[in-house]
Amino acid sequence: MMPDLGKYADTVLSAYAASIVLLLVLVGFSLWRGRRVRAEMEALEARMRRDG
Amino acid sequence: MSQIEKNSSLWSYANPRKFLATTERLMPFLWAAALICLVTGLVWGFFFTPDDYKQGSTVKIIYLHVPAALMAINAWLMMLVASLIWLVRRHHVSALAARAAAPVGAIMTVIALVTGAIWGQPMWGTWWAWDPRLTSFLILFLFYLGYMALWEAIEDPDTAADLTGVLCLVGSVFAVLSRYAVNFWNQGLHQGASLSMDAEENVADVFYIPLLVCIAGFIVLFIALVFYRTGTEIRARRIKALQARERAGA
Repeated sequence: MMPDLGKYADTVLSAYAASIVLLLVLVGFSLWRGRRVRAEMEALEARMRRDG
Repeated sequence: MSQIEKNSSLWSYANPRKFLATTERLMPFLWAAALICLVTGLVWGFFFTPDDYKQGSTVKIIYLHVPAALMAINAWLMMLVASLIWLVRRHHVSALAARAAAPVGAIMTVIALVTGAIWGQPMWGTWWAWDPRLTSFLILFLFYLGYMALWEAIEDPDTAADLTGVLCLVGSVFAVLSRYAVNFWNQGLHQGASLSMDAEENVADVFYIPLLVCIAGFIVLFIALVFYRTGTEIRARRIKALQARERAGA
């Protein structure tokens, strides 16, 4: 299934690996921070409602 | 303006609640569309397109390099529009959208630079050359870093939005330069644009269609990330406001 990349196999595979890792880090960090900030905001709102 | 007109106007999305409610409904579709386009385009390009007669299998890098470079420039132009809306109309959501887009644009610039260097090594015999397009892209990346650092460095969010807005205007010169550098200076190693309105200048059809699918994937991924990250910035700003209210009440 893997195409024959010839003498440029390392070149092509390293370009794909670097790009996919960077994209995954970007998406993963965005989702992680988004969830953390949302949880922090909800906890703060709940505490303020409780404390009046 | 009637209430109905107000609610349907583009400016109504300057209301953080409406922005969050709308984007949260859209997010699942955007993530799914980005994933489908990216997987389809990359699998098609990597597994089912032939080698180029000159560049061999390295032509497969085009499916990452060109969409990333395109988004690197257009992310900055989106930030420019959002910054202008902030500077003229003082809508906080637009300033936060510009802030949210910056890391996405910076990563796109890094992908373009890294894949360009990896591609350039076997084709040009060097990882890097002080070529007009490469150099203007490097400067664009430095502008991204400066823009993000300025947001972090200033405590007051409105002052930060003002100053980063001005920086964005200045950096736009390099965003435009990155796009047209090969036309301004008829020198350097980098080839002309891979995509053009002039069909004769485009890459061959066998590469062109999967490339368009990848570009669509990068565009939708960019929109999804900017919407999601803008929501995060809106909530982070609300946390600061609530903490300030709590301190004032204590």
